[in-house]
Amino acid sequence: MSDFFTFSDPNVRLVTAGTILLGISAAIVGTFTFLRKRALVGDAIAHAILPGVCLSFMITGEKHPAYLLVGAVLAGWLSLLVMDYLSSRTKLSTDTAIGAVLSVFFGAGILLLTSIQHSGSANQAGLDQFLFGKAAAMTQRDIWVFSGVAVVLLGLVLAFFRSFKLISFDPAFAKSIGLPVRRLEFLLSTITVLAVATGIQAVGVVLMAALLITPAAAARFWTDRIQVMILLAAAFGLLSGLFGSWISYTAPSMPTGPWIVVLLSMIAVVSVVVAPKRGIWARLRLQRSNARKIRQENILKAFYGIGEAADAPVATVAVDMLRQQRPFEDIALQLGLRELVKKGLLHKHKPGTYALTPTGLQESRRVVRLHRLWELYLTERMNYAADHVHNTAEAIEHVITPEVEAALLRELDHPILDPHDAVIPYQNPSKPSAS
Amino acid sequence: MKTAIETHNLTVAYNRRPVLWDIDFQIPEGQLIGVLGPNGSGKTTLLKSLMGLVQPSSGYVRLFGQSLDEVRSRISYVPQRESVDWDFPISVREVALMGRYRKHKLLGRLSKEDHRLADEALEKVGMLSFADRQIAQLSGGQQQRVFVARALAQQADLYLMDEPFAGVDAASEEAILSLLKEMKQAGKTVLIVHHDLHTAHQFFDWMVLLNTRLIKCGPTSSVFTADYLKQAYGGQLTILSQVSDLVKARDFPIRERSFKDQPK
Repeated sequence: MSDFFTFSDPNVRLVTAGTILLGISAAIVGTFTFLRKRALVGDAIAHAILPGVCLSFMITGEKHPAYLLVGAVLAGWLSLLVMDYLSSRTKLSTDTAIGAVLSVFFGAGILLLTSIQHSGSANQAGLDQFLFGKAAAMTQRDIWVFSGVAVVLLGLVLAFFRSFKLISFDPAFAKSIGLPVRRLEFLLSTITVLAVATGIQAVGVVLMAALLITPAAAARFWTDRIQVMILLAAAFGLLSGLFGSWISYTAPSMPTGPWIVVLLSMIAVVSVVVAPKRGIWARLRLQRSNARKIRQENILKAFYGIGEAADAPVATVAVDMLRQQRPFEDIALQLGLRELVKKGLLHKHKPGTYALTPTGLQESRRVVRLHRLWELYLTERMNYAADHVHNTAEAIEHVITPEVEAALLRELDHPILDPHDAVIPYQNPSKPSAS
Repeated sequence: MKTAIETHNLTVAYNRRPVLWDIDFQIPEGQLIGVLGPNGSGKTTLLKSLMGLVQPSSGYVRLFGQSLDEVRSRISYVPQRESVDWDFPISVREVALMGRYRKHKLLGRLSKEDHRLADEALEKVGMLSFADRQIAQLSGGQQQRVFVARALAQQADLYLMDEPFAGVDAASEEAILSLLKEMKQAGKTVLIVHHDLHTAHQFFDWMVLLNTRLIKCGPTSSVFTADYLKQAYGGQLTILSQVSDLVKARDFPIRERSFKDQPK
């Protein structure tokens, strides 16, 4: 491992730097592909490039990177034009057009590749690497050309960032202020085709869409800022390029390109799971915390109900009384009681008997107040019948924030009774509040 | 009064089916104008063809007596809220700043003045305190107000708004409406595609009543009558839509080639 990361071998250094640069440029350009919801188009372009590469080799008989790039860009552009034409001028839907272009161009590419391989040209060795890429096999000349292109692409994206952002978000508005939307789209598409054409050196046409789209898709989970998103996508491209190169260096039979894609996919999976707010785990935690809140508030409400029915503050309440008040599930009830004791809203007298603490009492009044305010809002403002409001209020009482509560109080003018003529409990109107 | 908007024989087809037939009208400056008509009557298409976003099959548009390209900096367009993806990762301020983009300044940064104008526009619609929020976190009405702020930041003289009141809460409607009155007082012309007949006659000074053809254009009192409304909302003309279908199905041109109707 240390061998690799000291970068003492100049060839390792060069190949790694080149791979990283290709990864970064594909990730940054891909952010716009992703935001414009063109992920599939990116995949189609990548596949469509193969016949261009093969043709340029057949015509020039050389594997010079510049010739291959020209062939790749021409084929990529042709595929875009055909997709555009098919979806706008025929009755084919967009996805059909994309699928058709992808498979027809790729099929043609495979055909050409096979015929080159059978032609016996000595120079053809390695052309099949365009399928899955082989970063380590890049010559110095390849690396300089492709890295140069990648740097130019990064510069262009940076320079036109503002305009690209606008045409990705709201092309109609961009057109309305007179921006040359068609030319900007042409530029962005050309940049994308070039990013794909260079990126296939690292991962090949088959896996190119992953290098283009996955970093952006993963980055989107972590941020709501396009600037941060681009930086994150670039970082993901960098990391996967670096470690992909490392893996194929330490285990020479391991291919770089597929490993880059595997690493990117791992980053994406981790993002999907653990990202704050958008991630699956965050959602699960939120749902669990909601369930906890509902459980606790329902118990508090039962305490309040018992006190209200007795028409006097009840000193202690047995668990059985709570069960009579509301059909709790046993486990949930035990769990909720323990949580409430821990939060200092209840204290336990003896086994099976509990009492509200002063803050617990306040809290129970708050929940009942929200319930009854919402019931009143439903009858007053939404014309519900009084006997239809309870179930809705049971759910909504847990949702209402202090701001919404304030708005309800203002709108309903601090009402005294709910639609069932029960008193709406305010924060201890007789005594000064506990805090 | 000078003319803000005029169309001549404006005919527009979507997917070859004509959706606007020979629309001819003139609207003076400084009015609040409502474009009304049933669903599918071509209201949005009219707005888009005023803004050059769809190519008319025939006819032409003049704004302030000139072609769109000559007066573009004086025109501001507010698209339908649903036309964009509100999950796009940008902030409220970034959207407002888009009103300051100019075609001659594709590259580089915006000036301090641009930032000031964008913030001022957000302030006017009551959204400045949300400036750093991501746009997905806004309510529908707030999103609409951000779109209006972007238009205000353009500092135009003519505003074309597509359904700014659709799906908007009462507070946002209030905010936008009082802003419109302010704009009118400042001598601006505002043309609004509107769907709600009940509020229309209170909102607008001037109306364009459409149903693929122009029913009537004029001051509200002369347009908003039972007779014209019945013409507009009483369904499309049966034979006209039959002919439209034929044009589409048989792929006929809607104007013969020799017909020239461009402005002199």
